[in-house]
Amino acid sequence: MSKVKAHGSRIKRSPGDQVVQVFIYLFVGAFALLTLLPFIYVVAGSFATERELTEKAFFLFPETISFNAYQYIFRTGDAIRGLLNSVLVTVVGTLINMFFSCTLAYPLSRPYFKGRTGLMNMVIITMLFSGGMVPSYILVANILSLKNSFFALWLPTAINAFNMIIIKNYFQGIPMELEEAARMDGSNDLNTFIKIILPLSKPVLASVGLFYAVGHWNSYFNAMLYISDKDKEVIQIVLRRIIFLTSSVATESGFDWGLFGMPPQKAIKMATTVVATVPILLVYPFIQKFFTQGVMVGSVKG
Amino acid sequence: MEKKAKARQPKQHDLTKAVTWKHALYAHKWLYLMVIPGVLYMVIFNYLPMAGLVMAFQDFSPYNGEGMFGPFLHSPFTGFSVFKKFFTGPDFLTLLKNTLSISITSLIFYFPAPIILALLLNEIKSKYFKRITQTMVYIPHFISWVIVAALTTQLFSTTDGIVYHLLAELMGKANAPDVLSSPKLFVPMLIGQSMWKETGYGTIIFLAALSGVDVQLYEAAEVDGANRWQKMWHVTLPAIRGTIIIMLILKVGSLLNTGYEQIFLMQNSMNRGVSDVFDTYIYTKGVVNGNYSLATAAGMFKSVVSMIMVLGANKIAKVFGESGFY
Repeated sequence: MSKVKAHGSRIKRSPGDQVVQVFIYLFVGAFALLTLLPFIYVVAGSFATERELTEKAFFLFPETISFNAYQYIFRTGDAIRGLLNSVLVTVVGTLINMFFSCTLAYPLSRPYFKGRTGLMNMVIITMLFSGGMVPSYILVANILSLKNSFFALWLPTAINAFNMIIIKNYFQGIPMELEEAARMDGSNDLNTFIKIILPLSKPVLASVGLFYAVGHWNSYFNAMLYISDKDKEVIQIVLRRIIFLTSSVATESGFDWGLFGMPPQKAIKMATTVVATVPILLVYPFIQKFFTQGVMVGSVKG
Repeated sequence: MEKKAKARQPKQHDLTKAVTWKHALYAHKWLYLMVIPGVLYMVIFNYLPMAGLVMAFQDFSPYNGEGMFGPFLHSPFTGFSVFKKFFTGPDFLTLLKNTLSISITSLIFYFPAPIILALLLNEIKSKYFKRITQTMVYIPHFISWVIVAALTTQLFSTTDGIVYHLLAELMGKANAPDVLSSPKLFVPMLIGQSMWKETGYGTIIFLAALSGVDVQLYEAAEVDGANRWQKMWHVTLPAIRGTIIIMLILKVGSLLNTGYEQIFLMQNSMNRGVSDVFDTYIYTKGVVNGNYSLATAAGMFKSVVSMIMVLGANKIAKVFGESGFY
């Protein structure tokens, strides 16, 4: 980056060029704002009263703060149960992902591992061709009978070939000398892997782990396919139901809404959206630290 | 020289010695044990479904036999008749048209968006401004499609959508676009959602390639009197050409993959005529209606075409002297 800056400051710009420069700043700034505005609108709306939501077109901060929508969400419990299920699915799912991916990536990263090429081809074939949705569905639902089990969300996605190759490439980049020194000291392959390779790979494990975790948290389709038990609904399913199918959520429960009256449906939808988004935004700073390098390693050809 | 040869020796020893399987298994038994979960995973969840493609050549019913694999062994084989039915059926052309209109529009409008944004970000000299905007535009990538769909309906709903009401005031109630249900606006809506969600994140890979460009190239170009556009055309773009081509190969390979979640979430009875694509068809026919053979055949068609297109695009890239995908 500093290189580019040096190049910019050295040259005197013509007025026409400066106009272009201003235009570039405006365009990029506007695009960045456009990505944020929907979130701000939804957060503001989720705290607003019905009156304000219907009377005012747009606001970034509600006049009267109302927690009714959130109270409603916590009373009915659907969103909370969805959040808890999503946390469980994400945590266990990511652990499973990391176990399967790392144990496959390490042998594949060793040049002396006989059968490496064949195994790598086996991985590449899965990236180029797949049986498609129906055979997988029959396998999970009929043959393995995993319907209404979280294992249906964990096992079929246990390895993402791209992510596994990111880890493999990183393992490959660790100097061989370290491993050889360990072997001299009598360390076996498993010991070397756990004591030397894994601790040295923290950055890549963090970024790939976050990729997997975000994937689990956001996954909607598999949950819709395999989970019909209401107690096992994940947050994405709950959100989708509240946004698209609700007709009169508010009247169903005989809850006393106090000062502000019944929470507006719109606010409930917004509050549920916020509740489903916040966990991702909470981990975003951590993700951001790692994902750039993750994408970088991933761009290295397998 | 001597030191180098010495350092390489143990590695060479390991690599070149014609190791027998027996020896390899003995010397690296842990590695072979470690590989078992991954191999089992691939066999069960990648290769077994591939074997399941046999359904496309059968009149498959899960009630045709006993046990786990009984239905596959006892369903009658019908040759290519399922494919014939799929290709000549009333849905095929509509599906193909809808799928291609989505993916080609996306190729034209959505594919260049991250490249353009990356080029613009590259022109920004203020480090602070750049970092803030980058942080902002990456966020939507980590948001689920359900949330994107939720935001879209909340913004564009004709009853209480803020954007709809703004447009209604500007253009008049009759002209305001009903984005959520108008068939004409379905594809633009999908592309808009994708652009909102992924443009920022898509810039990362191009910005990385750009950060590796030697500043001397720009300076030399300036000495030669190149203006901003000439520098972009002759220095910046060549630097990211390889990356663009790899992304293009991947994109071309997925022309028939429009994705389940986004379309599934935005599909409704009003836009079904343009929103039914291969992916939604496979889901409806296979999972909902239980017409396994037909849905499997549709899926196999999609997989085979995608594979041919990736390999083909890769080959073409290599013919033109690019490094390609692998």
